[in-house]
Amino acid sequence: MKNNRRDFLKNMLLTSGALVVGFKTLAAENAQIIDLNSWGDELMSNAFLTIDSQGLVTIFSPNPEIGQGIKTAFAVIVAEELDIDWDKVVVKQADLDTKRFERQLTGGSGAIKHSWERLRKAGAAGRYALVEAAATKWNVSPNSLKTDKGKVINDKGESLSYGELVNLAVSVTLPADIPLKSIKDFKLIGKTIKSVDNKAVLTGKAIYGMDYKVPGMLYAQVIRSKSFGQKLVDFDASEALKIDGIIAVKSFGDKVAVIGRSNWPIMKARKLVKINWSAAKELESDEMHNRIFSDLMVNGKFETRRKDGDIDQAFKDAHKIIEAEYQCPFLSHSPMEPMNFFADVKSDSVRLVGPTQTPQSAQNQVSKLLNIPVENITVDLTKMGGGFGRRLNNDYALEAAEVSALVKAPIKLQWTREDDMNGGIYRPAVRYKFKASLDKAGNVTGFMLKGVGLNAGNSTRQDNFPVGAIENVLVESVDYKSDISTGPWRAPITNFLAYAEQAFIDEIAFAAGKDPVKLRLEWLKKVQDKPVGKITYEPARFEKVITTAAERAKWGNAKKGIHQGFSVYFSHNSYVAQIAEVELKKGKPNLKKVFAVTDCGIVINQSGAKNQIYGAIVDGLGHAMYGNLNFENGAPKQTNFDQYRLIRFNEVPEIDAHFVDNGIDPTGLGEPALPPTGGALANAIFKATGKRIYKQPFAIEDENVADIL
Amino acid sequence: MPEYSLKINGKKLKVDVSEDTPLLWVLRDHLDLTGTKYGCGIAQCGACTIHIDGVPSRSCISPVTLGIGKEITTIEGLSENGDHPVQKAWDAIDVPQCGFCQSGQMMTASALLKENPNPNDEEISMAMSAHICRCGTYHRISDAVKLAAKIQKQ
Repeated sequence: MKNNRRDFLKNMLLTSGALVVGFKTLAAENAQIIDLNSWGDELMSNAFLTIDSQGLVTIFSPNPEIGQGIKTAFAVIVAEELDIDWDKVVVKQADLDTKRFERQLTGGSGAIKHSWERLRKAGAAGRYALVEAAATKWNVSPNSLKTDKGKVINDKGESLSYGELVNLAVSVTLPADIPLKSIKDFKLIGKTIKSVDNKAVLTGKAIYGMDYKVPGMLYAQVIRSKSFGQKLVDFDASEALKIDGIIAVKSFGDKVAVIGRSNWPIMKARKLVKINWSAAKELESDEMHNRIFSDLMVNGKFETRRKDGDIDQAFKDAHKIIEAEYQCPFLSHSPMEPMNFFADVKSDSVRLVGPTQTPQSAQNQVSKLLNIPVENITVDLTKMGGGFGRRLNNDYALEAAEVSALVKAPIKLQWTREDDMNGGIYRPAVRYKFKASLDKAGNVTGFMLKGVGLNAGNSTRQDNFPVGAIENVLVESVDYKSDISTGPWRAPITNFLAYAEQAFIDEIAFAAGKDPVKLRLEWLKKVQDKPVGKITYEPARFEKVITTAAERAKWGNAKKGIHQGFSVYFSHNSYVAQIAEVELKKGKPNLKKVFAVTDCGIVINQSGAKNQIYGAIVDGLGHAMYGNLNFENGAPKQTNFDQYRLIRFNEVPEIDAHFVDNGIDPTGLGEPALPPTGGALANAIFKATGKRIYKQPFAIEDENVADIL
Repeated sequence: MPEYSLKINGKKLKVDVSEDTPLLWVLRDHLDLTGTKYGCGIAQCGACTIHIDGVPSRSCISPVTLGIGKEITTIEGLSENGDHPVQKAWDAIDVPQCGFCQSGQMMTASALLKENPNPNDEEISMAMSAHICRCGTYHRISDAVKLAAKIQKQ
């Protein structure tokens, strides 16, 4: 039977135009190309699913899974519309396929928002065809049929399994507008669903990038200059080559690769390579960065990002002016799995396998690097031990390709933790200056934000709240081109901007003698009545997360001894309000609990969604409290987890994660709950101690909060 | 290079490595037991945790010679069918996000529960704070250790 399926499928393709037309209708609409022949033995298939004649459903999740739960969430959406038994679904990570999928990347919390409708359609197309097939078989109207757990059921209670129907279903012509389920009929979406990868992960069988192997593969590690801004002069590998298991030491660009049969000899050998580096100009340091920040904040040529009204006049007319400056250091992403990639470069083809958030970009960059056409380069995705934005940059995949090309062998290129922490692509260091004017009645008349960044690009988000609520606004930024490489870090820019802004708004409220929650609600009322200029957020959704959080945490009526801090952010297309609760223990603030209320529209999977809220809050707290990368002579001082402190088990507060599940099309959750966290904590610390915190990490800013968590 | 005999997950295995090779790399590069992860190499993160004679140990700083004559258990050998109480609990609570640190976390949790079948919050915290989870799954790890203790009693 199985052997015949492919032939049968080919015959069907030749004889039944309807089959091709049917699934191509869907394909054209989603700008995806469906090549049925490429699907192997399975009978019924489109870009996201196959159903075989045994009724086995396989769902393909194209976006790189870095722990954000996308592999499960995507499959849930397809399965919901297809109406199958979730326990019997097989979910696979799809490898890079630019003909089949669009936006096959992980970044910007954008996957669910982008793919929601197409995933539903992919599943709904299958269900539509199967119902039509059953209707033909029973000679009844499709409207009289329903589906459940992989079966079509008629009004007599008889049923046909999907497997029994696929032969017929593939010849059903699909309408341009495939009917989707009504939200109220969802059986799977919104339930608590465990990750589809649990079994493999919990038995140690999941293959992460680091675990991928092929016969004859060699290992490589790369020595890069510890200091940013240095060039390779020359090297002597004679001692390193004496280590048993070392095959070669070769330079490329300003790097030196040590190639061997396994990792440990390489780790020993790389210490023995003697390298001369040179620098053309002053190597960067904290001291130099302080100088640059101070100078640019005063003398920088700022670029205007937003201007409403007349800010100078507002400051001239002000009854009261509030000013504050906030600063944060560079941060390493430090996902638990250090960077690594597999590459097998042949004369005119490349096979790449590993963890990347942007497989297509890896393909394009390797194509350019080696002058091999993209169609001859494959990129397969492994499990990934976190990403947090680090794997948006494929520098390590390119290194793997380059070393494989140099030694003409399949290579697993492995970064050590030290390589990972000192290898760049950091969260940029940024400083913000805020200034606000109040009139006599305590109304905010002017709001100014100046952002100075080191390789931060636009360090502001000029159209976000409270912009839109204030008559006179000026938002501007200036960027310094540093030798230290930076890149997006979970919730780019907003991971620190939201903290600074939410802490400053708390200061405004205090100065105006207003409750921080009421102040924001007043502003949103203004926006709803008449926004000032262009806004990117919906004030009603904002309001709802604020009032819900205030209710859940009993804002203003906290228990004696509990000090609450508030924060809310329109965060990467979702809305998140947070209230942190701090208690004083022997005069020191102690974080007890964080309430989070999130509006991400429809919640796909309660378990995955809560995981993202817990994780983002823990991440936000940990980095606000401890995250620090200092520079001296162009190199980070912290090289591993003994110096670079990440938050641990005993340092996390209780978290109450609540969702405003409002039936609106869903947005993402990988980033949204992180940005508001630092602000909620800082504002609660202020309530408890009367002290404002202006620098991250908090633990270094003030010894009184050093052991806060 | 010298040859070493090791007993791993109940099986006798031989490797040719230099005497200073950490068990982590012996498992990963030489024996294809890749469930044990490399995270830091300096015993800070716990991703490489294995049992040596039942004691949770950091394989990244344990040379191969330390394993001679001992019973070594890795995540692959924690149970035959993935049904050790901690594995069941980790699944039921849906702990993993990226999952990379979880084999190490489970090796520590399983050793804790063997030694102390009824750990209190403080004892759980003491044991599990030796690990880093960059995804921040700590709340669920806490719930899962407690659930595993219950499952273990059944």
